Amino acid sequence: MIPLLEFENVGLRYGIGPEVVRDLNFSIAPRSFQFLTGPSGAGKTTLLRLMLLSLRPSRGTIRIFGQNSAELRKDELTGLRRRIGMVFQDFRLLDHLTTYENVALPLRAMGRAEETYRAEVIELLKWVGLGDRMAASPTILSGGEKQRAAIARALIVRPELLLADEPTGNVDPGLARRLLRLFVELHRLGTAVVIATHDLHLMDQFSFARRLVVGDGRVTIYDGVS
Amino acid sequence: MIETVAEIPRPRSALPAFDSNVPLIPADSVAGRALVVVVAIMTFLACLTAGAALLVAKASQEWRSDVLREVTIQVKPLTNDDVETLVAKAVTVASRAPGVANAQPYSKSDSERLLEPWLGAGLDLSLLPIPRIVVVHMKESSAENLAGLRAALAHDVPEASLDDHRIWAARLGAMATAIVALAAALFALVIVALATAIGFATRGAMAGSKEIVEILHFVGASDAFIAKEFQAHFRRLGFRGALVGVSASFAFFLAASALSSWWANSPGGEEIAAMFGAFYLDSVGYVAMAVVGAAVSLLTGYLSRSIVLKDLQKLQ
Repeated sequence: MIPLLEFENVGLRYGIGPEVVRDLNFSIAPRSFQFLTGPSGAGKTTLLRLMLLSLRPSRGTIRIFGQNSAELRKDELTGLRRRIGMVFQDFRLLDHLTTYENVALPLRAMGRAEETYRAEVIELLKWVGLGDRMAASPTILSGGEKQRAAIARALIVRPELLLADEPTGNVDPGLARRLLRLFVELHRLGTAVVIATHDLHLMDQFSFARRLVVGDGRVTIYDGVS
Repeated sequence: MIETVAEIPRPRSALPAFDSNVPLIPADSVAGRALVVVVAIMTFLACLTAGAALLVAKASQEWRSDVLREVTIQVKPLTNDDVETLVAKAVTVASRAPGVANAQPYSKSDSERLLEPWLGAGLDLSLLPIPRIVVVHMKESSAENLAGLRAALAHDVPEASLDDHRIWAARLGAMATAIVALAAALFALVIVALATAIGFATRGAMAGSKEIVEILHFVGASDAFIAKEFQAHFRRLGFRGALVGVSASFAFFLAASALSSWWANSPGGEEIAAMFGAFYLDSVGYVAMAVVGAAVSLLTGYLSRSIVLKDLQKLQ
């Protein structure tokens, strides 16, 4: 099975500074579930941005869906990025749009007409528990609601790979567990999931998950317990 | 699954009607309003310059054709000639010539009045060989008509000579061309200033939209889609500003036209009328100003497109 993402000797430096991550060799398999962890500032977000291809590595090769990212044209990259869902740490919702419009944004960006996705978006919003908050602006949503809206926006395109940056960082432990269960459910439905978190207690509750531990600019991999 | 994620009950509300055309860029912002004001002011200035250039061009055209439509016959009698007979003959010859509307002789008293400022009043000029003047108005000024009149006068009244004001008209024409060129240069400068000001204002208004560009980019929007959204948004802002600017300039020229006809008989009114005509801008002028407005609107959209595409180049 072709990995969704494959890193080979990847390193990244900003400008002429030292490499912030180096010698990265790992892959993300389809339908896999993993935590990306490590202390704050270790480079988790940088690694997620490399996976989203929003950063270009200084050296090494990143293969995305079997294709060398360095050889892709920009429009091809856009096409592949549509197969990846991203949940940002700071949600990055557009405040002048409603929750519904925010979640529908990726479909609208793909040029689809509203009547073709309306039912889909409403169903997903209900699924993440925002059925009654569809017309609300993100400015009046709670942290947990914003988080779920951001997750719904990442899921609406039925991505093959979901990247989530500290998705439980802004919510209480109870809601964090429920959100994690949402990711596990997605994984069972066939989506590969990468969750960046430094919450060890939360990870311990999902021991089957693989762990990519970032430290000293390198990644160490620990397979999950089946 | 809904139950597991959302356990906090919330009041149920009716399903809202969603607007699929809701703009992806906030319709109203401080930077957007500032851009509308800049576009409105610059469009107004550009329209004023364009209108003034057209007024001067039209007035200069009128000066030239007025001067060229009027020619003068000078009758210089010899000692024994009967000047009145010669003038009458010149008037007859001129009236018969093709292209002549009328020929108006200056009487002896008219000629004396013309010389009064230089020679004083109460002089008997009958002993002096004062030439007499016949003013000829042409229906239309053409080289053939003038040549025909000159030949007829040379044949029938050799004492008369024709002055077609050619040198004076050439100088006036050169001056008018210079004024129109100056107005056109000013218009070009205003357009350059307008494009620069709109460029800066658009860049400023777009600085706050960087995050929107990034979000759209990372949710899988193509560069063309993002550029199209921004272009449409900024074209709308540009249109609003241009509409205000063009409307204000329309109001200015309509008011100026009404005022100029009101002050036409006042002291100084004639000089202003000579320079700018009656401040009456014809339909071409208003169409030109509308074109300036439309161009400003398109320019604003185009600039935003090129700025956003440049920003997207920096994003992987």
